[in-house]
Amino acid sequence: MPYTIEGATGPWEVVIGLEVHAQIISEAKLFSGAATAFGAEPNTQVSFIDAGFPGMLPVPNRECIAQAVRTGLGLNAEINLVSRFDRKNYFYADLPSGYQITQFAYPIVGRGAVTIELADGTTREIGITRLHVEQDAGKSLHDQDPALSYIDLNRAGVALMEIVSEPDMRCPEEAGAYLTKLRAILRYLGTCDGNMDEGSLRADVNVSVRKPGENFRTRCEIKNVNSIRFAMQAIEYEAKRQVRVWEAGDEVRQETRLYEPARGITRSMRGKEDAHDYRYFPDPDLLPLELDAAWVEQLRESLPELPDARRARFIAQYGIPAYDAAVLVADKSVADFYEAVAAGHDGRLAANYITGDLFAALNRTGRGIETTPVSITALRELLALLKNATINGRIAKDVFEQMVETGEMPSAIVDRLGLRQITDTAAIDAAVASVLAANPDKLAEYRAGKEKLFAFFVGQVMKAMQGRGNPALVNEALQKAL
Amino acid sequence: MSLDAATVRRIAKLARLHVAEAELPRLADELSGILGWIEQLNEVDTSNVPPLAGTMQMALRLRDDVITDDITGGGRADEILANAPGRAGNFFTVPKVVE
Amino acid sequence: MTDLTDLTLADARARLRAREISATELTEAHLSAIAAHNPRLNAYITLTADLARAQASAADAALAAGNAGPLTGIPLGIKDLFCTKGVRTTAGSRILADFVPPYESTVTANLLRDGAVFLGKTNLDEFAMGSSNMTSAFGPVENPWLRRGSNAALVPGGSSGGSVAAVAARLAMGATATDTGGSIRQPAAFCGLAGIKPTYGRCSRFGIIAFASSLDQAGPVARTVQDCAILLRSMAGFDPKDSTSADQTVPDFEAALGRGVRGLRIGVPTEYRVPGTNPEITAIWEKGLAWLLAEGADIIDVSLPHTKYGLATYYIIAPAEASSNLARYDGVRFGLRDAEPNDDLIGLYEHTRARGFGSEVQRRILIGTYVLSAGYYDAYYLKAQKLRALIARDFTNAFAQVDALLTPTAPTAAFAMGEKMDDPIAMYLNDVFTVPASIAGVPAMSIPAALNQDGLPLGLQVIGNSFDEETVFAVAAALERAAGFAARPGQ
Ligand SMILES: [Mg+2]
Ligand SMILES: [Zn+2]
Repeated sequence: MPYTIEGATGPWEVVIGLEVHAQIISEAKLFSGAATAFGAEPNTQVSFIDAGFPGMLPVPNRECIAQAVRTGLGLNAEINLVSRFDRKNYFYADLPSGYQITQFAYPIVGRGAVTIELADGTTREIGITRLHVEQDAGKSLHDQDPALSYIDLNRAGVALMEIVSEPDMRCPEEAGAYLTKLRAILRYLGTCDGNMDEGSLRADVNVSVRKPGENFRTRCEIKNVNSIRFAMQAIEYEAKRQVRVWEAGDEVRQETRLYEPARGITRSMRGKEDAHDYRYFPDPDLLPLELDAAWVEQLRESLPELPDARRARFIAQYGIPAYDAAVLVADKSVADFYEAVAAGHDGRLAANYITGDLFAALNRTGRGIETTPVSITALRELLALLKNATINGRIAKDVFEQMVETGEMPSAIVDRLGLRQITDTAAIDAAVASVLAANPDKLAEYRAGKEKLFAFFVGQVMKAMQGRGNPALVNEALQKAL
Repeated sequence: MSLDAATVRRIAKLARLHVAEAELPRLADELSGILGWIEQLNEVDTSNVPPLAGTMQMALRLRDDVITDDITGGGRADEILANAPGRAGNFFTVPKVVE
Repeated sequence: MTDLTDLTLADARARLRAREISATELTEAHLSAIAAHNPRLNAYITLTADLARAQASAADAALAAGNAGPLTGIPLGIKDLFCTKGVRTTAGSRILADFVPPYESTVTANLLRDGAVFLGKTNLDEFAMGSSNMTSAFGPVENPWLRRGSNAALVPGGSSGGSVAAVAARLAMGATATDTGGSIRQPAAFCGLAGIKPTYGRCSRFGIIAFASSLDQAGPVARTVQDCAILLRSMAGFDPKDSTSADQTVPDFEAALGRGVRGLRIGVPTEYRVPGTNPEITAIWEKGLAWLLAEGADIIDVSLPHTKYGLATYYIIAPAEASSNLARYDGVRFGLRDAEPNDDLIGLYEHTRARGFGSEVQRRILIGTYVLSAGYYDAYYLKAQKLRALIARDFTNAFAQVDALLTPTAPTAAFAMGEKMDDPIAMYLNDVFTVPASIAGVPAMSIPAALNQDGLPLGLQVIGNSFDEETVFAVAAALERAAGFAARPGQ
C-alpha cells in the first residue's frame, strides 16, 4: 500500500532524493598532508593549503581517489576514466579559499543503483545519479562568545564523497532503508566509517509532494541531517508541511531548511537566502583526473564481499531465513561476528542466538556489537555445550543471561550453578513417578484421552529437576510411565 | 553587452566588494566598455572547438596518502594562526554568524 | 676598476669563485646603490639588508670552503609575489601589507639552495595586475631610463616593474619575476633587460601568490641572456607540491647560448604586423630578422590566425581565475581586516576587500565574477577557453614549420606616468604581443635590441616551442651578440 499523506484535497505522494556526504577514510586530507583524525585540538590538523594561504596549491591524494572508485564499484556504478575538479565559489567563514574544490561538470562516478530491503520483505532499487569527490569545509562554533563565531579548520580539506540519489524514494521508510544500506556498503568497502554522530556521514534530504500521477513539484532541501531516524522524521514533517502550504493555496518555495530534532520540525535557514551563483569553473591548479583502466580493474578485483552477496551466501551456506540473513549482513561487524560464531556450528542456532538473545541484550544495555559482553569464543562454547548435550536449550537461555551479566564463560557458569543436564534415567524415572503421584486428576484426564496434557507433565518433570533433565530422556520416561 | 548599475551591484555582492551606490554608474560604464571590447570574440565560430582550460599536456599527478610534516602538512597551529586578524585561543574569530 | 654593481651575474660568479671579490663586498655595493637610488625608483617594497649580509657572509664561507653553489654570493631582487619565509610578502597590495609567510616559495627556495643573496622584495603592480607598475599599493616604480632631454618620469612596465627597475639601475644583479600575460617580457623591454617566461610548468608555482593559475609562470630578468640562463636553471625544476609542475629535467640553458642559429627556421607571424604599429617597432623587428638571417637562419612567414583575439581571450580567462584566486583575501585568516564596528561577516568581507584591493584589482575581480556568473559563463568564459584552444593550436601548427618565432615585445617603448592611465583597454594593449604565448603556455623571451629616437630601449621577443627554452636562449643569444646593446640608463 503506497505511503500517502491524506490532505483535505485528497492523497499526496511524497518524493524523496538524498545527497549524502560521506567522509572518505584516508590518513591525510584530499589535497594536503594534514591528518584527518576526528577530535583533535582546534586548527592543529591544518596545513597552509587547507587554510587557503597565498601561493598554496592542491595535490590530490591517490588513496582518496581510489576510495571513491571503490565506492562507485560497490554501487554498481559507471567509473568515469576522465573526470575533473571544479571550483564552487562562495564566501563563508569556514571555507578558507572562498571556493570549494569539487567535481561539478565531470564527476568521477556516474549512474549506479542500490537495492533496499523493506520491513515487509520486499526489495526496491534506488538509482544513484552520481558520486563526486570534494573537500569538506571547516567548522564554525557559534556558542563560544556572544558576539563572535569561532572557526576551526581541522575538517577543512578532508575528502568527501557526495553520493546523489535519484528522486526514487516515496516514503520515510525507504529513505531510512536507503541510508542504512548505503552506510552498510560504505562500511563493507572500508571507504567511510559511516559514523553519523561524528559527521562522517551527513544527509541532505530533498523532499517534495505531489498528487499521484503529477510531475514533480518544487522541492526543499533539508541540510546536514545527522541520523537516519532524524532523516525519516524530517521527511514526515516536511512532507506534511508542504501539503499544508499547497492546500492553503500557497506555493512551496525552493529553499534550504534545517531539521531541529528537539522540536521535530524543519525551518528555513537564515543566511542561505541569497540566490546563489557558484560560478563553477575548472580549477586551474589541477589538470583533468585520468584513471588508468587497469588500475580500476585492480580495485574492482580487490573489492570485498558486499552486503547483497553476503546475504545470498548466508542463506545458501548456513540455511538461515532470508530475513535473518538481511538482519545479520546489515552491519558488517555483526556479519563478521556471526560467521566467526557459526563456523563449524549450527548456523541457524547461531543466527537465532545473535538476532534474538544477543540483540535483545545489546539493546537492553545500550551497547553495540563492538563492545558485546558475550564474546565469539563464549558464544561458540555455549553452542558446543548444547551440541554435546551438557545443557539443554532451556538451561542455555539462563546461562546466556548470566553470560551477559557477568561476562563469564558458559562452562564456568554451568559448573558454578550446577546446571549440567541430568541423563541419569533412574533420577528421571523418580521425578516422573513423583509428578504422576502428585497429580492424580490430570493423570486420570490424560488417560481418558486428553493427550494435550503430555506437555503439562513434561513441564512438571522439568520443573522438578530444576530444568536440567535431558528433554529426550524425560519424554521417553514419561511416555513409558503414562 | 552593456551592464547596468543593478548588475554591477549584484556582481559586487557576489564578489564581496563594497561599492558605494554613487560609484555604480561609473563602474557600469567602465565594465561595459571592457565587455564590449571582449565581444570581438563573437566573430569567431567556435561551435566545433573543444574548450582548453590549460596547456599542460599531462595527466593529473597524485600524492601518496601520508601525513606529512613539511609545509604541506598540519600540526602547525601557531603558524596557521600567526597572521590572523581575529583570534581567540586556537580559533579564528569572525562576527557571529547566524544560521 | 668597474663598479661591482656593473658586473654581469656571470662575471660576478667567476670573480667570486676566483676569490677576486667577496660576496659581502658585492652585497654591500648593491645595498649602497639601493640606498642611493631606491628612494627615487621605489623598486623595492621591503629591504632585507640584514638577511642579505648574513647570506653574503655564509656565501663567503662557502666560497672559502670551496663548496659554492651555482649562485653563491649573487645578490638578487625578489618580486614581492614570491612568498619568503619570515619576510613580509605583500603582492603590492594593501590587503597583504603586513603578511609574513611562514613558508618559502619553491622558486626562492631553489635560489637559496644555490647560494643566492636576497636584497629585498621588489615592487609590482598589485597582485601582478598591470603593465605600468602604477597599481601598487606601495606607490609606482619609476623607470631608471629617461627620454633624451626630458625629466618626465616613465613607467618601468609591469607587473614586474620593481624587478626590472632594480636590475636596470644596478640595484640587483638579477631578479625573479612572474609573467601571466607579459609581466616579465614587457617590463624587460621597457627597461632594456633580458627576461624569459619559460614554458608553463617549468617553474613551480608553489608559494607564488596566484593571479591567474593557468597562465602564471615565474622567470628571471637580468641584464644579459646568459644571466637569465643561469638564473632560470636554478629557479626551474619539478616540484611535487605543484600538480601542474612538469616532471622534466632542467637543461643546462647556458650550454645552449653558443649554439648559433645556423639552419634554424625562424618564423615571422604575419598577424603581428598590426596596422598602425609604431614604425620604430617595425624597424627593429626587421633588423632582428636581418641579424638572424645574417647568422644563417632561415626566415619563414607563418600564420597565427587567432592572434588578434589573444588579448580579449586573456581578459576573460585571467580575471575569471583571479576573481576566484583572490577570494581568499577575506580578512579572516591573514591579511587586512578593515570592517566597520558593527559589521556582520558579510560587511566585514565587503569592507575589507573594498579597502584592501586597489581599483584595477577590483575591476578585474568584477569582470571575472561577471564572466563566470550564471547565464554568462558560456558566452564569455567558455568562449575564451575555445579561443584559447585555437590560439594554442596556432602555435602548434607554427612550430611544425619553424623552430622559433621572432616578434616585437611591446607595441611602444616605455611611456610616461599618467599616460594611458584612464583607459583600461589602452593599457591592456601593452600586452598584445606577449599574451598569445602566455595563452599557449610556450616559452618566450624579450631581449633589448636597440634604443628608439628618444633614447629608450626596445625589445624583441623570441617565442619557442613548449619545453624548448634552449632554442629560445640560442636565438636570443645570437640576437644579443648582433645587437650589441650596451646602453644603460642615466647616460
Ligand atoms: Mg549538494
Ligand atoms: Zn557537496
